[in-house]
Amino acid sequence: MKKLITLIVNKKAFEVAVEPNRTLAQVLREDLGFLGTKVGCGIGDCGACTVVVDGRPVNSCLVLAVQANGSEITTIEGISEGAELHPVQEAFVEYGAIQCGFCTSGMILSAKTLLDRNSNPSEPEIRAALSGNLCRCTGYQKIVEAVHAAAGMMKK
Amino acid sequence: MKEYSVINTRVPRVDGRAKATGKARYADDLSMPDMLYGALLQSPVAHARIRKIDTSKAKKLPGVKDVVTAQEAGAVKFGVSPARYDETIFCIDKARYVGDEIAAVAAVDLETALEAAALIEVEYEELPVVLDPFEAIREGAPVIHEDYPNNIGAEVHQEFGDVEEALKTCDLVRTDKFVNKKQDGAFLEPQACLAFYDPGRGLTLYSSTQAPHYVQRTLAMVLGLPIGKVRVAQPCVGGGFGPKASANTLELATSLMAIRTGRPVKMAFTREQVFWHSRARHQFFHELTTGVKKDGTLVALKNTCYLDGGAYSSFGIATVYYAGSLLGAPYRLPNMKYDGYRVYTNKPANGAQRGHGGVAARAAWEQQLDIIAADLGMDPIEFRLKNIMQRGDITCNDFNMSSLGMKECLEAVRRGSGWEKKRGKLPRGKGIGVACGFFVSGAGFPIYRSETFHSTAMIKLSEDGGTVNLYTPAAEIGQGSDTVLTQIAAEALGVRYGDVKVSSGDTDFGVDLGAYSSRQTLMSGHAVKQAAEEARHQVLEVLSEQLNIPVEEMDVKDGLVLFKREGVDFSALRTRYIKEHRGWTDPPSGKHFTFVEAARAAYLARGTIVGTGAYKPGELGGKYKGAAVGTSPAYGCSAQVVEVTVDMETGQVTVDKMTDAHDCGFAINRTNVEGQMQGSLSMGLGEALFEEVKFDGKGRVANPTLGEYRIPTCLDMPNVETIIIESNEPNGPFGAKEVGEGAIMPTIPAILNAVYDATGVRINELPVTSERVFDRLKEEKERRKEV
Repeated sequence: MKKLITLIVNKKAFEVAVEPNRTLAQVLREDLGFLGTKVGCGIGDCGACTVVVDGRPVNSCLVLAVQANGSEITTIEGISEGAELHPVQEAFVEYGAIQCGFCTSGMILSAKTLLDRNSNPSEPEIRAALSGNLCRCTGYQKIVEAVHAAAGMMKK
Repeated sequence: MKEYSVINTRVPRVDGRAKATGKARYADDLSMPDMLYGALLQSPVAHARIRKIDTSKAKKLPGVKDVVTAQEAGAVKFGVSPARYDETIFCIDKARYVGDEIAAVAAVDLETALEAAALIEVEYEELPVVLDPFEAIREGAPVIHEDYPNNIGAEVHQEFGDVEEALKTCDLVRTDKFVNKKQDGAFLEPQACLAFYDPGRGLTLYSSTQAPHYVQRTLAMVLGLPIGKVRVAQPCVGGGFGPKASANTLELATSLMAIRTGRPVKMAFTREQVFWHSRARHQFFHELTTGVKKDGTLVALKNTCYLDGGAYSSFGIATVYYAGSLLGAPYRLPNMKYDGYRVYTNKPANGAQRGHGGVAARAAWEQQLDIIAADLGMDPIEFRLKNIMQRGDITCNDFNMSSLGMKECLEAVRRGSGWEKKRGKLPRGKGIGVACGFFVSGAGFPIYRSETFHSTAMIKLSEDGGTVNLYTPAAEIGQGSDTVLTQIAAEALGVRYGDVKVSSGDTDFGVDLGAYSSRQTLMSGHAVKQAAEEARHQVLEVLSEQLNIPVEEMDVKDGLVLFKREGVDFSALRTRYIKEHRGWTDPPSGKHFTFVEAARAAYLARGTIVGTGAYKPGELGGKYKGAAVGTSPAYGCSAQVVEVTVDMETGQVTVDKMTDAHDCGFAINRTNVEGQMQGSLSMGLGEALFEEVKFDGKGRVANPTLGEYRIPTCLDMPNVETIIIESNEPNGPFGAKEVGEGAIMPTIPAILNAVYDATGVRINELPVTSERVFDRLKEEKERRKEV
């Protein structure tokens, strides 16, 4: 039986009727059209589906949509508007931190959450914060460099 | 060196912004009105005769629109190499591995499709299962394909020079065995596709493929469609690394059901299905015998290799050749013998993965060379330098080193790593190791026999003159080909990077064999360069007529037409342009005539300006059987130094530092080249230290998840010092050649050699787990006690 829930996604409230077995990732992608959230494994191993729920990065494939009822959710679509990019996005583009792009949404959201908490992270802190997000393309180095650069940009 | 504006720079990727904002669309993001969802039924047993398939319950389930089995799909065989087409869309008489496709369903939603697939009843008569390639070749072993009663699907026997005679002249001969483990591509995006059919326009398939051209051909052949009525196009593709380089049942079954239902159908693999489908790196069992002279001169190599092929051929014929042909180089080696056997087993088929066929061979040999250098009392870098090939050398198997910065790579990593300060001076538990690598820059021949061009390209200047439209059928899979080809187009035409709009990965744009064998920068790059030059020439011809200046006296750079003589009066053309663009926001101004104005003038004179390009390699060496696998218009090479810490109590290996130099000929995009190097090293590190697809006794993948099949996280990868070497390849566009695959080659052996330096033990089996190192340390301790 469907349950009516409210998800506040990227500062906008959505009322959706969902089956209780549907994950947040499914509802974000299929019901609400936030297709920037990627699903790489569906069981919480890869981190591609990372979104920010009430300030914390979570694997949206491991959260039931009903559990997120009333929560504030940020997806990759919600961190910048129009032509302006969020500094983390800008740095990812500029520093070559993106290849195939499938991990990028989750990676950027993990990085952004880190920088929101810690404006001047060390390299080990950056690596620890991103350790739940797998990337098969880059070897991570340019991602780490981009997060450093974004931290610098956000201070200005 | 010539000054370039767009190439050899660090311009950001053309698709970076779309990917950073979540706007990039991958196959599973696509949907269409009235779309159906597909699901597969796959064999739960590794080897069985299929007695009966009953789909009646599935068909009766409300919401189910189509159920297909071999009965509907037919018996047309396909695969990668026409010489070994051994697959059908669905199993006909037998299932040969856990995951072999039995049936597919299309329904109004995914839940219904999955439920219906589960309602299909299959009667299996289980057959004996053979999982080990050495058991599979024994007399009386279960036969997997009737045509290959000994289960050897492909074998190779090659000899160059006379190895037995040459070994007799050697001062030192040693034999070593080496084995890697079956890999998974572990690209982040599971395969997905969407097909729709229009009786007039034919079939369209959007697929997460590396090779739209081969998929198009396979769809036409297997589904019996005119090839002109099959279009295959890529959305964004979330990595490939090899396993996405051939047509698969997902694509074929989705297309079949789209044709049958007349409705769009989408189907995607789960992560578990990615492991079942596999087509990733084989397991190789190498035995290498190498002979050298006292002074370190390499004389002969004998290489025997058994490959665990899995249940179907996939890329395996090429793989079994590559496991032999990619050795020898980058060293001068006059005598080489290779015997390779690819064996069918009841496991998911193995295929191609980054460094196709050569990675385990390279690991085995570079470790053996390290042992030989030590036995001779030579520094491993000096030993390698002594034998290194240079530009102009030709290998005993006829590969032409039209460029080869191998010496420069080795010297760069020696310097960059501080080798001389560290080698032999590190405490126990710390080690430093070196290795070299070598790879083709594009396969010299297509997979099917043909005189086809390997890459075509088209450039159409917009009629207003303001945009360069680049249409390339080349496959962007994340490696950055769209960016590199955009740069090449802009540079060759003389416009700015942002003036070019690239569209790619669509068979409607022409022929490109796809993203495999590290071919696109060189081959697609050539085609794009030619197309751009042709468009540029047409524009200059019109200008020449209208301004009465010879074409040779004009150049185009940064979007401006440069005249070699002073005082050229182009005011009439400018006035005309401004008049017909009244009210537009960007009227041309300044003292230079712009390419936009020139392109507009060309359109007004001639109609739409289109330049085309086409590339295939020239005559390549090698007349012997199998020469088609390994001959290439150019070869990339690399060297790497790795430093490790090994916990002498637990055997745990940590890679502390990697210094890598790669000769890519000429870096079209420096950031992308580094990205390919770093990504390769990461995949190599994973294969060296933890990656292994494991099976239970019944042939089921025991670790089909990214949690249990461990790929490196950012805590496992150290920072890499990446050094780009540019040897200026004469056969490459602007001197460019490969980096995407060759860069993985030295990583595993450099790690192995560093582990030896740290511990004094050699590891001949991957992955180098703590347990394996611990056991070897213990063995070594006991051996010493006995001595």
